Amino acid sequence: MTTTWTIDGVREGLAAKKISARELTADFYQRIETRHAELNAYLALSPERAYAQADQIDALVAAGKPLPALAGVPVAIKDVLSTRGITTTCGSKILEHYVPPYDASAVSRLEEAGAVILGKTNCDEFAMGSSNENSAYGPVKNPVAPDRVPGGSSGGSAAVVAAGLAVAALGTDTGGSIRQPGALCGIPAMMGSYGRVSRYGLIAFASSLDRIGPFATNVKDVATILQTIAGRDPNDSTSTTAPVPTYTDEISKPVKGLRIGIPRDYFAEGLDSGVRDKIEKGIELLKTLGCEPVDIRMPHTDYAIATYYIIATAEASSNLARYDGVRYGLRVDDPTLLGMYRKTRGAGFGAEVKRRIVLGTYVLSAGYYDAYYLKGQKVRALIAQDFRDAFTKVDAIVTPTSPVPAFKLGERTSDPLEMYLADIYTVTGSLAGVPGISVPCGKIGGKLPVGLQLFGPAFGESRILQLAHAFEQAGGASI
Amino acid sequence: MKISRDDVVRVAELAYLDLSESELETYRAQIDEILEYISKLNELDTANVEPMAQVLTDDQTADATLREDIVVPCGIAAEVLKQAPDPEPPFFRMPKVIER
Repeated sequence: MTTTWTIDGVREGLAAKKISARELTADFYQRIETRHAELNAYLALSPERAYAQADQIDALVAAGKPLPALAGVPVAIKDVLSTRGITTTCGSKILEHYVPPYDASAVSRLEEAGAVILGKTNCDEFAMGSSNENSAYGPVKNPVAPDRVPGGSSGGSAAVVAAGLAVAALGTDTGGSIRQPGALCGIPAMMGSYGRVSRYGLIAFASSLDRIGPFATNVKDVATILQTIAGRDPNDSTSTTAPVPTYTDEISKPVKGLRIGIPRDYFAEGLDSGVRDKIEKGIELLKTLGCEPVDIRMPHTDYAIATYYIIATAEASSNLARYDGVRYGLRVDDPTLLGMYRKTRGAGFGAEVKRRIVLGTYVLSAGYYDAYYLKGQKVRALIAQDFRDAFTKVDAIVTPTSPVPAFKLGERTSDPLEMYLADIYTVTGSLAGVPGISVPCGKIGGKLPVGLQLFGPAFGESRILQLAHAFEQAGGASI
Repeated sequence: MKISRDDVVRVAELAYLDLSESELETYRAQIDEILEYISKLNELDTANVEPMAQVLTDDQTADATLREDIVVPCGIAAEVLKQAPDPEPPFFRMPKVIER
């Protein structure tokens, strides 16, 4: 049985000299080697960089100097985040050999706090997908049930934390890509508010939606990682100056008396009965903690998927225009410039990415812009208003994270629309820009994890971390 | 039918994306189904709704004003060029642009 390490555990182990950062790093690489063939969760490993960092931490320990917040903590990074000197593919053939010349700010902040970067995790190509089956490098397997998907698009980051192949990981969430794999793999996973974490160095998918956030084995570690990466960054003009609270202190504040909104619109058709049962038990548990459930309406929920797939694909078609075979990545030769563009993009992108580029270009094209893109932006305003209205009545909103537990590999790949519809509970908060966390809420048949999702108002991360922490401490994971 | 084969050909042209015959038809059918689904937005009257183009509102604004445009040398040009498919330092080389 391998040890489950936490951030506190690593700190205590190092301080008491029970283990060195180098030994811990080596132990994690050993674990990765043992499970890699089965899970396919890492795309690249960075032992040189990891051991160099571990040695610096060990030098601090030896000198009796104070240790930074994440000293020696082995972490994994989703492969859409730039890492200097480490291949970064975005799960795409078009960036197969791309080595970024700089680090994403979230990555450098983790490293400055002492974290040891083990490597890069597999994901759906350019973060487009809900099952990790759109990776050009093969799907990740769910560690709790290897015949099933880990969720997506940050499936690799969720899987490595759930399997004990990293203590924590960074993922990105555009329509649910952190929260849904967190739910399907049975670990807490969080996206902060839009603007909470700098996206400098994140390879863009949909810029009005993309966010970076943590996976960990417990809510306190999620809070610690979020705190490390949050805050203003001059290199990202969308990162806000809003002060970053000390989330690790905030999480233990009492939840008694908090009003939790239960939107009945989220418990409509399409919700798996096993998931519904666990979420209802989860709400009961929150009641026993003194929270007061309040029935609320989110009347535009049913329009969220349609809105999301207009806005996300439109922005993607624009962002992915940069892959043109000129400055980086794949080039397929042709005597003409436009021929080179077309061939490069046709050969380099996978099916889901091409589908979204075509759809996104269409909804932005002359004659269709008003009917689709502008309409989508207007309905997005209505969805955001649903959230603002709800937060005048309640402190947080409770929903399932995903309408279904982890499904079998290959079960849903033939019908893109069916796959999109399963994003229903996560895309709403993405469109509104509010923070969301998925926290484990029992397992169906004792095996397949269910995630309970909590939304808070913009920059209300502390509130949902408190609730998630209290829920976890009260045994939410084994409901 | 919401989208024709010709529409897909035109859009692929706009996006500089080579699609095979079979891709054209597969995507046409799938996108048609998605657009059919998306048309449910027409149930909503949005005549008086302001479009939401970005998330951050004034009170959360990160950069209310533009920052000073200060040149900061980053010294990574050589490293950047190494990633190019056909570099000719200090340039990126590409097929001739004059003729379409």
